[in-house]
Amino acid sequence: MNDIRFTIDGKECLGKPGQTIVEAAKANGVYIPVLCHFEGLKPVGSCRICTVRVGGRFMAACTQPLIEGMAVENTAPDLEDMRKSLIEMLFVEGNHLCPSCEKSGNCELQALAYRYQLMAPRFPYLWPRRDIDASAPLLMLDGNRCIQCLRCVRACRAKDGRKVFAAVDRSHRVKIEVDKKLAAHLSEDQARRAMDICPVGAILRKETGFAVPIGRRKFDRAPIGSDVEKGTGR
Amino acid sequence: MSKPVIATASLAGCFGCHMSLLDIDERILGLIDLVEFNKSPIDDIKTFTKPVDVGLIEGGCCNSENVEVLRSFRKNCKVLVSVGECAIMGGLPAMRNGIPIRECLEEAYLNSPTVDPEDRLIPNDEDLPIILDKVYPCHEVVKIDHFLPGCPPSADLIWEAVTALVEGRPLQLTYDLIKFD
Ligand code: SF4
Ligand code: SF4
Ligand code: FES
Repeated sequence: MNDIRFTIDGKECLGKPGQTIVEAAKANGVYIPVLCHFEGLKPVGSCRICTVRVGGRFMAACTQPLIEGMAVENTAPDLEDMRKSLIEMLFVEGNHLCPSCEKSGNCELQALAYRYQLMAPRFPYLWPRRDIDASAPLLMLDGNRCIQCLRCVRACRAKDGRKVFAAVDRSHRVKIEVDKKLAAHLSEDQARRAMDICPVGAILRKETGFAVPIGRRKFDRAPIGSDVEKGTGR
Repeated sequence: MSKPVIATASLAGCFGCHMSLLDIDERILGLIDLVEFNKSPIDDIKTFTKPVDVGLIEGGCCNSENVEVLRSFRKNCKVLVSVGECAIMGGLPAMRNGIPIRECLEEAYLNSPTVDPEDRLIPNDEDLPIILDKVYPCHEVVKIDHFLPGCPPSADLIWEAVTALVEGRPLQLTYDLIKFD
């Protein structure tokens, strides 16, 4: 099939039919931030961090398929500020005490805050009261840090296909629960994958915390997205 | 010309940020040449004696005294800086936020296993500052001009920020300096 021609912030790009804007941008060395999206999972477009503007309209770049001739705006100052405000909202809506978090340095939310130079949120902290569920043998679930991206719900399944995690309730009350029976039988690999699929420190593999020293963690040295921009992204 | 004046305070913090300020190694000699300290635990000056150029605040506000000190810093300092996670988002003390204050006090002074049974009493002396319903980040109490994240912020970050502010140049906060842990 023929390549699709499009532009991102004026840069001429080529994409393939069926690609989303995020995928095509990445293939052209352009980083569009994502949070609820994870490569290989069906995108749900829930966090809106990837919002771009095409023809004056806002759209989620992780779900929007590429169309011939699209002129995508990705780094316009108002767009970037909107993304930054979304990151700020995620920080004030949960309880994110990074100094005591095992995911610190490897956390995508924190990495986005670094990339966007988030020094203090413009919104007041809400201090919700959230639960911790450490009943599963290998995993612990900390609601204080969950951003409800549903990556775990989409990705983690038992051998028979049943979902290990599920979202209960709606709106700001939504919370992630783990199926206790399935969680009791998770393999080491499944537990590790659950922790890795979670962008933040809400799903943690027990008993292995702080294994990588400060300075060698994923986002200690280079901003999130810099691998894509250098063309070395996965 | 007189030197720029610095003041510092530790509110609901652990003094770790002040330690990090001292951790600038031999640059501290340069700092002494560059600036003069006013109200600060470092020189033990208790009250402002002159207008201050840069105020550094460690810790958030957990009681009425913290709020008074913070407001007096805002009044006396041209530029006010939140230093560290506690000043910026409440930090460890803010782990009590979301728990009703009565529950916190009862746990600490009445029900905790380490409380002497003879001594079960929630302190309520008029000389004690009043504890706030929750721990507030400084920028939710007064206007803050700059934020230096970290727990504690690295000595390099504090050095860069303080020298930039007293020299009146923009802060060069490179990627490796901005860390929340
Ligand atoms: S999940 Fe990320 S942002 Fe939240 S406390 Fe942990 S490191 Fe910080
Ligand atoms: S637990 Fe993690 S992966 Fe699951 S919804 Fe919350 S933040 Fe997303
Ligand atoms: S990454 Fe596109 S909406 Fe979350």
